[in-house]
Formats: sequence, C-alpha cells, structure tokens
Amino acid sequence: MIASSRSPLIWVVHLSVILLVTLWTLPTAGLLISSLRDKDQLAVSGWWTALSTSSQNMTGRAASPETQVERDGKFVIAGNLLESGVAKVSAFGFRPLQPTAFEADAVADIGDGQTLTVKDDGSYEIVSPARMEGTRGQRIFYTAAVPPRFTFDNYREVMRAAGIGASFINSLTVAIPATIIPILVAAFAAYALAWMKFPGRAILIAVVVGLLVVPLQMSLIPLLKLYNGVGAFFGVPAKTYVGIWLAHMGFGLPLAIYLLRNYMAGLPREILESARVDGASDFDIFIKIILPLSFPALASFSIFQFLWTWNDLLVAMVFLGTGNDELVLTGRLVNLLGSRGGNWEILTASAFITIIVPLIVFFTLQRYLVRGLLAGSVKGG
Amino acid sequence: MQQLIFAIAMMAAGVLGCAAYFFGTNWILDKLFPSKGLTGPVASRNLRITNAIRPWLFLGPALLSLTIYLIYPVIASVWLSLHDRAGENFVGLNNFIWMFNDGEFRQSIYNNFLWLLVVPAAATFFGLIIAALTDRIWWGNIAKTLIFMPMAISFVGASVIWKFIYDYRAEGTAQIGLLNAVVVYFGGTPEAWVTLPFWNNFFLMVILIWIQTGFAMVILSAALRGIPEETIEAAVIDGANGLQIFFKIMIPQMWGTIAVVWTTITILVLKVFDIVLAMTNGQWQSQVLANLMFDWMFRGGGDFGRGAAIAVIIMVLVIPIMIWNIRNAAKEMEGH
Repeated sequence: MIASSRSPLIWVVHLSVILLVTLWTLPTAGLLISSLRDKDQLAVSGWWTALSTSSQNMTGRAASPETQVERDGKFVIAGNLLESGVAKVSAFGFRPLQPTAFEADAVADIGDGQTLTVKDDGSYEIVSPARMEGTRGQRIFYTAAVPPRFTFDNYREVMRAAGIGASFINSLTVAIPATIIPILVAAFAAYALAWMKFPGRAILIAVVVGLLVVPLQMSLIPLLKLYNGVGAFFGVPAKTYVGIWLAHMGFGLPLAIYLLRNYMAGLPREILESARVDGASDFDIFIKIILPLSFPALASFSIFQFLWTWNDLLVAMVFLGTGNDELVLTGRLVNLLGSRGGNWEILTASAFITIIVPLIVFFTLQRYLVRGLLAGSVKGG
Repeated sequence: MQQLIFAIAMMAAGVLGCAAYFFGTNWILDKLFPSKGLTGPVASRNLRITNAIRPWLFLGPALLSLTIYLIYPVIASVWLSLHDRAGENFVGLNNFIWMFNDGEFRQSIYNNFLWLLVVPAAATFFGLIIAALTDRIWWGNIAKTLIFMPMAISFVGASVIWKFIYDYRAEGTAQIGLLNAVVVYFGGTPEAWVTLPFWNNFFLMVILIWIQTGFAMVILSAALRGIPEETIEAAVIDGANGLQIFFKIMIPQMWGTIAVVWTTITILVLKVFDIVLAMTNGQWQSQVLANLMFDWMFRGGGDFGRGAAIAVIIMVLVIPIMIWNIRNAAKEMEGH
C-alpha cells in the first residue's frame, strides 16, 4: 500500500515472501514426500531427489551351486539379482572392498577358472570348467540405478505394526469430549461474568485473567497425588479418560471463560434489556439469545481446545499413562523416536498421521482460529 | 471399536450431565422462588433472591474446576516444594538449596534464559516482517496461511519434522537431512547438530520459532491494519519513505500489540517441554526447566519435593507477566 505496485521494490517484496514461504513449508513438505517414498530409497537419498533415479549399492547372492546346469561341457549358475525389471545395474564386484570393480556386462575372473558376468538388467551367470561345490551361492555386490517409487506401504506398516491406529482412536477419545464439555461450563460462567451483577465479579475476572498464564507444571504433581489418592480411596484406576477430560477442562477453562466473556460483553446491551423488560429470566436470555449470538466465539474456542488437546503430550503422559494401550498419538510418536529412531519410513508416516487431523481442522476452520487469536490477544493489550 | 462406543457414551453422559445440572438447578430455583405471574412484595423479594443465587449456579462448575485444577495445585505445589520426596516431612528450603547447587538445574536455567532471549524476539521479528510484506501483495493471504500452518502441528510432530532436517549421516555417504545436505553441497563437513553442546539449543529453538511466527504474524497483521490511514498519509505528504513510515509511524503505534505477542510467546517458552523431550531429552546440555521438572517427577519413583520446587521456579518467572496482564485487564474493564 505504501510502495506503489509499480515500484521495482514490489519485486523484492514478492521474492522475499516466496523465500519465507518456502522456508516455512519445506520442512512439512519433506516429511510428506518422504513418508510416501519407498523405504530403501528413503534411507539412502534425500527427499528432494525423490523424483530422480537413485543409485544404490546393494548386495545379492547368486543361487546355490546345487542349481548349476551343465552346458557345452561347462557348469553354469544363472539367475537375476533384481526382483523387478525396472532397475539398471551399472557395476558389480565380488569382493566387499571392491564392490564396483567391474562394469555391467564385463567378465570377472573369480578364481579357479570361474567367471562371473552381470548384465545391466540384473541377470548374472557364473561359468565354471568344473562342477562347483558347496551349498552357499556366490556373493555379488552391485550398484543399481533405481527409478523413483512412491508407495503407501509405510502407512500400512505404521497403522498395523507400530500401533498408530490404536493411538489414533485414543487421541480422538481424549480430544473430542475434552473439547465439548468445557464449552458448556465456560459459556455459563462467561455469561455470569459478563452480564450478571453480583459481589466479587471484578475479582473473579481478575482471577481468571491471572490463571490464564499459570504454568501447567504447577498443577502436575499435586493433581497426580490427588488422582492417586482418589483412585486408591474408591478402588478405581487413577489414570482414566474421565480424569484426563476433567484435567483438560480445568486447564482450558481460563482461556474459554476469558474469550467468551470478552465476546459476550461486546454484544449490544439493548437486546438484553428489552428481553429483561419482557420478563425473561437470565437463564432464558442466555439459552435463547446469548448462546446463538456467541457462535463465532464458541467455534473459536472449540478449535483452540481441540488443537491443544489433540497435540498435547504432557497432560496425556501424566494423567493417562504411558502404557501401550493408552498412548495417544503424540506419546506414541515420542516412543517411536526412541525405539525406531533411524527408521525414517516409520517416523515420517507416523508423524504425518498425527498432524493430518489438526491440519484439516486448520485449513477448514482457519477463519475462526484467527478470530479467536485476535480476541484473546489484541484485547488483552 | 469398543473404546469408540465407550467414548461416545461418556461424551453424551458428560454433555447431558452438564446440561442437566444447569437446567435442573435453574428449574429448582424458579420453583422455590417463583416470580413470574406474581406481583407485589413477594414477587420482588423472590426476584431479588433468584438474582442473587443464579450467578453462582452459572459459575459453580467453572469455579469448582478452576479451584481443583489450578488454584489448589498452585498452593499445594508451593507446600510440596518445602517437603521431602514423598511430601511427608518438612525440609524447609532444602530443595531450593539443592537446586541451586545442582549442575543440571543451573544448566537448565541458563538454557531457559537463552530460549527467552531468542525465541520471543525472533518469532515477533519474523511475524512483523511477514505481516508487513504480505500486506502489499495480492497473494498475501495464501502466503500467510502457509506460514500460519505450523501452529496446527503438535510440538512432537514438529520435532519429528525437524529431526529429519537435522539428520546426520557419516561423512562421505549421501546425506538425507536437508541441513547437512546443504552444508555438504557448499563444501562443509556434516555434523550431528543436536548433539553439539550450546549450539543445539538454537537448533531446538528454531522449531518453536517456526511454530510461533505464524501466531505473531496473525496478530501483528491485524494491528497493522488497525493503524489509522491518516497518520500514514500525513507522513507520506511530509516526504517520509517506506522504511521511515514503518519504523517511525507504524511500529510506535503497535507497541501494545507487540508486547502482548512477546509476553504470550515468553510464557510458552517457559513451559517448553515436548520439543526438548522429543529431540534430546535434555542430553548434550540442552536441558530446560520444564523437562527437568518432568524428569524429577518420575525419576527413581518420583521426587515430588524437587519436582515441585522446579515448578515453583517456573511459576515465579511467570508472575511478573501475570501481574501485568491483570493490570491491563483491569484498565480495560474501567474503560467500559
């Protein structure tokens, strides 16, 4: 607006924004692309090379000498090193220290008058003047050019074996009730703080604002003790879904009350006054007028709360536990980072499954998220 | 599947229970002290009583929950921090004395201050730059959405994303981590970035900056648009150039919002836990307070005294911001 759109400066602006956007999206893009790559390729080449043919050093073993056939007075073992016909062998060798000693189609002398040939399509032939002994096949090292391959195998693998599927349901079980229950409780409280007159109202609002920033860490140990005590007293397990829902509600309430109160206090006074004159009680006014009018604020908060409960790790680890059956997605991911730290095909696919739900929520409901952020922060200043 | 049905049933029970409470208590209140259809002193007396009671019915569940989950724990944490590991014997300030003599704690405090210095400043700076730049181009909203996106990603998910970027392969083999690939491309030697003491803090901070810049951008962008056109026009007439307008006209009008963004991110930084747990778990001198606290909570069966003492330190660091917030809110309330 300041720099006129014809100014050459505008191109600097365009370029800088392109650079920044690339910097900010590249990490996620890398994760997504990697999770769709073949796991052997993922382990040896960067995801930015995903579309180009990759060169891999591989080891194979020829068929056992028991399969040799006699041909023209010589003994021959033949077969193919490559399972699929798409890769191309460029070099091979038979010693681990010289894995690329020979080019494809060359004839290698492997001793005792035996020769080894590997063609570029992966087919090999060992020719020997005498009958070959033993049961183990000759080891062959080769370099193959493998074309890019994309697959959903990684996702299939993590859903089944890595326990991501079960954790996904756990996360839903935690997040949905922990989002819905606080809204109702907070909406009533926010209405009382916005429009009802009673002694101590100003202090309560100050308390809510103060509680907004209380670190979660302060609550963990006393609540863990409390939960253990309650569990032992009633003979029920201390770590339950009900427990974590209530915990998420407690931690989310200050923001919920604050956001909703600010919004409700901004509604026009005349609507309420005229309803009061008509003899409506506060309860009727709240249910029939305020609640429907507050929909945008309710939507904002529920998105916040959902993202927060879905993405939470700390509360789930403390109040739901870290057993195999009760891990939520974030907890499972931390476990996988420890146990499968090098298996990027597992990690990338798991990570993408954990972030896909919040991303969908984000892209479809971004409007409300932005509105909530603004209501929660700009007004505070 | 069974769990899903259980969850849906519990959800329904929770919501219905909540609704039943509000509807039920209000119905009882109206039955006990009827005012509708009545006139005279009885009606006005009943109206007064219901008006005095109803706010507390509305506030009841919220106040109960806030008390149990936030107010009581704050007091109990302070109390526990003065007691031994099981929370039974009073030990005075021993936990705090131990803490300040503990190398790991001092390391955490040091790292936390590094985080506090860098992350809020960097996120606010990038947020402001991006907000200002995207305001001037036609595809600004698309750019903003993409930069805002990491906000939706969990800290753990973001840690995996960035751990992949920092991935290290021995020198000579193909690097699959983007950072090392770039370093090798320009002729450097690959490094295992997260294991380099001191510098690894910054590699972890990048993750939080990446997440929080979008937040700063959204809020600062709204503040930029809220600046009155006249002030800018006046500056243009006086012959100010773009940079002068930005730094001398726009920024001064946004100090309030910048402060809000800064403090919000500061509080988040004090609580940062997931990123450190997932990336290093405090190894290679990258420990921070929140992760140390979590560690002591469960280490060797759990030392509640020391854990609570560390939590109290985090709380103490937050208190100035809390007071500032309450003052601002009070000021705003008076304005209404």
